[in-house]
Amino acid sequence: MSSVLSALGEGSIKLQQACLSWRESFELAGAGLVDSNRTTSEYTQEMIQAFEELGPYMVIAPGIALAHGRPSASVLETGLSLVTLSTPIEFGSQSNDPVSLVIGLAATDHDSHIDLMAALSQLLMDEEKVTILLNATKEAEVRAYLS
Amino acid sequence: MRILSVCGMGIGTSVLLKMNAEKVLEAMGIEAEVVAADITKAKRDGDGADIILTTPELVALLEDLPGKIVPIEHVFDLTEIRQKLSAALL
Repeated sequence: MSSVLSALGEGSIKLQQACLSWRESFELAGAGLVDSNRTTSEYTQEMIQAFEELGPYMVIAPGIALAHGRPSASVLETGLSLVTLSTPIEFGSQSNDPVSLVIGLAATDHDSHIDLMAALSQLLMDEEKVTILLNATKEAEVRAYLS
Repeated sequence: MRILSVCGMGIGTSVLLKMNAEKVLEAMGIEAEVVAADITKAKRDGDGADIILTTPELVALLEDLPGKIVPIEHVFDLTEIRQKLSAALL
């Protein structure tokens, strides 16, 4: 899981956030990528636009959304952000609502983040680990757990 | 066999689907090439795929392709992927 940790730069983890809509949660996931210098703020708009165009398919598993756009000029470096929601939100996903964990993903191309995705997959497919992330209140807790 | 895993942007869901499908196929003893693609690439180059793995929301956009579409609701659920792939391979 350490590659997940290194993909989460300083400022990319935002816990127990009170968001009212998928859009607000995407804005926070985007802010996490911007704050950790992985993307410019345009990428946040690209993620929001992608969700508007293609709908809630980004809710990839029960309670988990993977906010992302395409590799583009607004991606400075491959990275992740992590947002947990104090109250789960309906994203309009038939099978996986409501969402309480939003992972922001930015990739510079289609291939170089494959190892990171494998590590992320290992983490997110484990319900116990996801529960620990969802209950965390301090960034240091999350970092210690992922290290 | 050629399998295409498809999502909107080609970097997130399709990559996760590819990895988990490869795990399942290996366990089933089936040799297949799994390629991840975004919607645009899938529409352009997807004619040769026997099976198209995607999420339920994107099925309507891929229906013109000749391959069999297999929608996966929970991309980390290897049991779901295995059941649906098995059914599609019959």
